[in-house]
Amino acid sequence: MRRELPLAICFIMGVIMTVQFFIPHRYSQWLFENMLRWLIIVFTFALILGILSLIKLHIQKVQYRRRDWLYSIVALTGLGLSLVTGFMKGPESISEGQPFMTLYNYVQIPMQATMFSLLAFYIASAAFRTFRARTLEATLLLIAAVVVMLGRVSFAAIFKDLSLGFSTWVESWLPGFAEWVLDYPNMAAKRGIMIGIGLGAISTALKIILGIERSWLGGGD
Amino acid sequence: MHLSTDIFIWIAALLTLCIYSFLYKDNPFYKFAEHLLVGVSAGYLFVIYFWNNMWPNLLIPLRDGFGILLTEGRFTGNLAALVPGTLGLLLLTRLIPKIGWISRWAFGFYFGAFQGIVITGYMQAFILAQVYGTFMKGGNPVFSLVLMGDFFTRPAWGPFVLAVSGPLMIAGVVCTLTYFFFSTEHRGFAGGVAKVGIVFLMIGFGASFGYTVMARVSLLIGRLQFLIRDWLGLIS
Repeated sequence: MRRELPLAICFIMGVIMTVQFFIPHRYSQWLFENMLRWLIIVFTFALILGILSLIKLHIQKVQYRRRDWLYSIVALTGLGLSLVTGFMKGPESISEGQPFMTLYNYVQIPMQATMFSLLAFYIASAAFRTFRARTLEATLLLIAAVVVMLGRVSFAAIFKDLSLGFSTWVESWLPGFAEWVLDYPNMAAKRGIMIGIGLGAISTALKIILGIERSWLGGGD
Repeated sequence: MHLSTDIFIWIAALLTLCIYSFLYKDNPFYKFAEHLLVGVSAGYLFVIYFWNNMWPNLLIPLRDGFGILLTEGRFTGNLAALVPGTLGLLLLTRLIPKIGWISRWAFGFYFGAFQGIVITGYMQAFILAQVYGTFMKGGNPVFSLVLMGDFFTRPAWGPFVLAVSGPLMIAGVVCTLTYFFFSTEHRGFAGGVAKVGIVFLMIGFGASFGYTVMARVSLLIGRLQFLIRDWLGLIS
């Protein structure tokens, strides 16, 4: 009962939501729109679950003075600040100019952008260490990467300043070639991968609906 | 040099430097910023979902629905919000180990409905749209004898690229799919086609890599601009 009922609910909901797509009726449309809204609500409760787990984890770290417990206080403070500023003025709290948005614009956005920009260093160092034109495939990868990178930089201006003879050639040819690489051979590979992802996702969805894949039930009885 | 006097610019700049300090090695400044980011981001996500989804789609309908029920004694459609509300509360039982199994009902509802949407949604967006995009561009077929005819009547680089790009796209998709098709051994003709698929995949990975590098570099430039212009005021 503890495992069978959830599996039955999953099967029924899966079948209903698959079948409704093929019924061009306003009730079917109503069901779809409401279901999307309901799923987002349930997802928001899942976020509450996640936040409560985060709080529990960090409080335990502080309570038992585990390694780096001081940073847990920082995480809890950040979370607390977000929640307090996010709720203190009701729905108005998320308007531009409110403390919540100030926190977002001057704390979260700069840190997130910096975190992602850090990857520029690591990705460049990884490329320097691993990009070797040893085989045909590796050479193609290297050339495609270099063409796309150079094609998106205004190198033409630099060449022009240096008064090099091939400036016009670089200016007109390289960005166009980079665009072509992105639009055709790259897109062909991407489409192949996306079709594969689509088929994989559909087969996984079928496995979940039919109860073949049950890992989402978790452990226990 | 016109150093910023805005306290928030200073906070953002110091936090940016804290994160860049990781380039030297893992250190307390980085850990501080990292933990702060985790806390603030989690709170932000929840607050945004709460005010944009839970408030208008759950709490307001319930308030109105119960208001009408209590004052006029009749049920309205607003009370349908009780279904996701109850399921959401059931989800929270996961926090209590003894009755945690009840949360599976909500998970069953969520996964079932979501997977049902995935089947048709992915079929449209990831399969049919991609197959369509392989053969058509801007409403015209990419494999066009007209374009090939153009090239033969006006042999030049431009018409040649236009004529071969479409067939190249079709061949690329077929070869890539063949590479991922493991139900037959990659030998003989299938092996050859799969090898061409690898060529397309390598070009795709290289292009994606180049694209990602440029995106990260542009973020880096943005952060450096912030530090040098907005914070230190060294450039205008």
